[in-house]
Amino acid sequence: MSSIADTFRDEAAELLQELEAALLALEETPEETSLVDRVFRALHTLKGAGGLAGFDVVAELCHEAETTFEEVRSGEHPLDRELVSLTLAAKDLLRLLIEAEFGGAPVDPARVSHLLAAFRQRLGETASSAGGSSLLTDGVSSGLSTYRIRFRPGPGIFRQGIQPQLLLGELCRLGDAVVVAQLDKVPPLDQLDPEECHVYWDVILTTAEDENAIRDVFIFVEDDCELSVQMIDADGLLDDAGDYKKLGEILVERGDLPEEDLEKFLAEKKRLGETLIAAGVVAGGQVDSALAEQDRVQRLRRERQAVETSDSIRVKSERLDKLVNLIGEMVTVQARLSQLSNGREDAALLAVAEEVERLTWELRDQVLTIRMLPIGSTFSRFKRLVRDLGDELGKDVMLFTEGGETELDKTVIERLGDPLVHLIRNCIGHGIEAPEARRVAGKSAKGRITLSAEHSGANVLISVADDGMGLDRDRIRAKAIERGLLAPQAEVSDREIFNLIFLPGFSTAEQVSNVSGRGVGMDVVRQAIESLRGSVEVGSQPGRGSCFTLKLPLTLAIIDGLMVSVGGEQFIMPLADVEECIALTRTDRAATHGRDLVNVRDEIVPFIPLRETFAVGGEHPEMEQVVIARLEGKRVGFLVDHVVGEHQTVIKNLGRFYHGVSGISGATILGDGHVALILDLPQLAERAEQREQVAWK
Amino acid sequence: MAAETGESRQYVTFCLGEELFGVEVTRAREILDLVPVTKVPQTPDYLLGVINLRGQVVPVVDLRVKMGLPKAETTRDSCIIVIEVQVDGEVLTVGGLADSVREVLELRDDLIEPAPRLGTKLKTEFIAGMGKLDDQFLILLEIDRVFSSEELTLVQETGAVAEV
Repeated sequence: MSSIADTFRDEAAELLQELEAALLALEETPEETSLVDRVFRALHTLKGAGGLAGFDVVAELCHEAETTFEEVRSGEHPLDRELVSLTLAAKDLLRLLIEAEFGGAPVDPARVSHLLAAFRQRLGETASSAGGSSLLTDGVSSGLSTYRIRFRPGPGIFRQGIQPQLLLGELCRLGDAVVVAQLDKVPPLDQLDPEECHVYWDVILTTAEDENAIRDVFIFVEDDCELSVQMIDADGLLDDAGDYKKLGEILVERGDLPEEDLEKFLAEKKRLGETLIAAGVVAGGQVDSALAEQDRVQRLRRERQAVETSDSIRVKSERLDKLVNLIGEMVTVQARLSQLSNGREDAALLAVAEEVERLTWELRDQVLTIRMLPIGSTFSRFKRLVRDLGDELGKDVMLFTEGGETELDKTVIERLGDPLVHLIRNCIGHGIEAPEARRVAGKSAKGRITLSAEHSGANVLISVADDGMGLDRDRIRAKAIERGLLAPQAEVSDREIFNLIFLPGFSTAEQVSNVSGRGVGMDVVRQAIESLRGSVEVGSQPGRGSCFTLKLPLTLAIIDGLMVSVGGEQFIMPLADVEECIALTRTDRAATHGRDLVNVRDEIVPFIPLRETFAVGGEHPEMEQVVIARLEGKRVGFLVDHVVGEHQTVIKNLGRFYHGVSGISGATILGDGHVALILDLPQLAERAEQREQVAWK
Repeated sequence: MAAETGESRQYVTFCLGEELFGVEVTRAREILDLVPVTKVPQTPDYLLGVINLRGQVVPVVDLRVKMGLPKAETTRDSCIIVIEVQVDGEVLTVGGLADSVREVLELRDDLIEPAPRLGTKLKTEFIAGMGKLDDQFLILLEIDRVFSSEELTLVQETGAVAEV
């Protein structure tokens, strides 16, 4: 395949995703015309690119869909669910058509002609089409312009019964406005004539209206005021460079400041605004107004640029992976360098080593941010899932998303897809009731699923919440007792009950459906999340809904670790889990009569002696350390020989051979070239707990 | 002998106890002197642990134990043979601990006999064939089978048993 085709494939994937997102959003808010524009734009770009890359069928299908949406845009054609469904079908077909060129399954031409016919038929219904809508230009813009307006009413304006604030209010209603009152013409109090207007106003207005509309506001005072309206920014303006004019330039342009004065003040190289006010050349209000203008236009342009993402480049993700691997090795080598230089009393070497350390960390952080992607891209695909599943199960469900801009490591996002699908399916299948049942329960017939993401320290929390019936505590309990997972008289918290649903093969659904009830799923979700070094929690309220919260690390490649040693072996604990370290002497241990408990500021914390857990053997040293970690809200200690210190840990996979070894989540290479194992503290704690229970039985 | 037309292959040969073993040269990536191995807790005996191979974490297997021979102390001759094995279509890099490494020698295919079912005192399923050398036998390993996925599953199970 030629490189044009390859590029097209990538581009098309993005455009199709955008198309789907826009369509689904459009279905929710049909009155939002900018969404029609988005759909139209995606189709149009796809058509152009497809034609260029020689994908004629793609171009043709896009063309028909585009024509339909052109009419929607001009109001000649109604937008309904059917059209959205039709276009979604077209989107799916387009994807298949493109993939077919890259070794995918060939597409039955009948499907294409069927869809084409469907679009044409819709067009036929609205009869007169051809001429009217072609007026629209290709460059679809949001049509917003920004104006600089100076309104200086004549002094006698009050006597005519005109209130300038009403005019300004009307102006503000035209769009997004900043009003700055200019007070420099206000005379001193003893000369002030209260019946005259001494104030004038600068307004920076961003609006979809044109200049005439602005002038119309002032139509009744036109003869008795100075009014200047200048367009200072618009969509599609040619000199759309990100930076707007400098403050001085704006003032000169407005005639508030003579140009030669500007040059004089610029030569002083202080903050121009302050200098000008201090010198009394320009009034404070004028500077404020100019700054407001600068701020507004710059913000608008930045936003526009963000949409256009003109200064980004496409990089193959494998190159990025290589880069991350290299950084990983560099961090390792750097650790070695630091270790070596610390051992020698060479100030020059030490200085270089420190410099390298600083640079490496910065480089590491930068490279890791490159891999970060907003999670929103995955969210959009769930909208479709919810829509289709809802239809299938006869439930009316809407998906709401929050925090789509939250960034996560690319690998995490990729591997998060399936677990999230499981959770959402589960919400629709188990959680959300049928519309009638919802009405009976006094809820709106439309079920809500909220998918949200937020940062929380070194983690990202992703939650899937529904407003359905919630988990049935009693049924889960009964099922657990029936399966012997729980003693009938056991006192268990809601949390523990709810966590049972993550056990393999656990399902309370009475009927097995395509969606849920087979009992696979929730344990798969937990496994997948744990393989990403994350955890999953569930909360639920009867009748109010349930909420699954996934806690995931920001990145998988490098973590901050705490290095500890046990019997000569070094281990790494994820620093994010660790709360504090305390010393434990042999006498302390003897005082607890062999119980593995330690008193931390009057709180009894159990600890796990790693020497025994890992069967390292040998004597416990005289003085040991307990590393206290907070795991799922509980404090658990880990007894180690000593704590070495913080360690930048590049995570290496242990590989298939050690797949399934519990308590170890990976390995890392130390400065001296040795391999140290990374401990999975939650798993170690869980296992210790299990072992103790077994011992009791 | 010259009349024989069989193809020939090269083998890296190494010792485990008294026996001489061989692995196809194309599968052996390099030979390392014995380096410190980090033991992974709760794993079966033959899994010695992991080493750092230029930034890659590579598991090391005690070939003696794997072949059913008694464990032995390492000596200065002990070495790690880095081998590439195929497991379920995936290429994995594995280190094998051997008592000593010998030489690379060429062996014609027609000089290789199938493994005898009896008398080797070794796990015969891992043996691809027996090569006849002048004075002794060369045991050729079926290296992919040594590290096959069933073997790996066994690792997990033993691991699980060891936990309780």
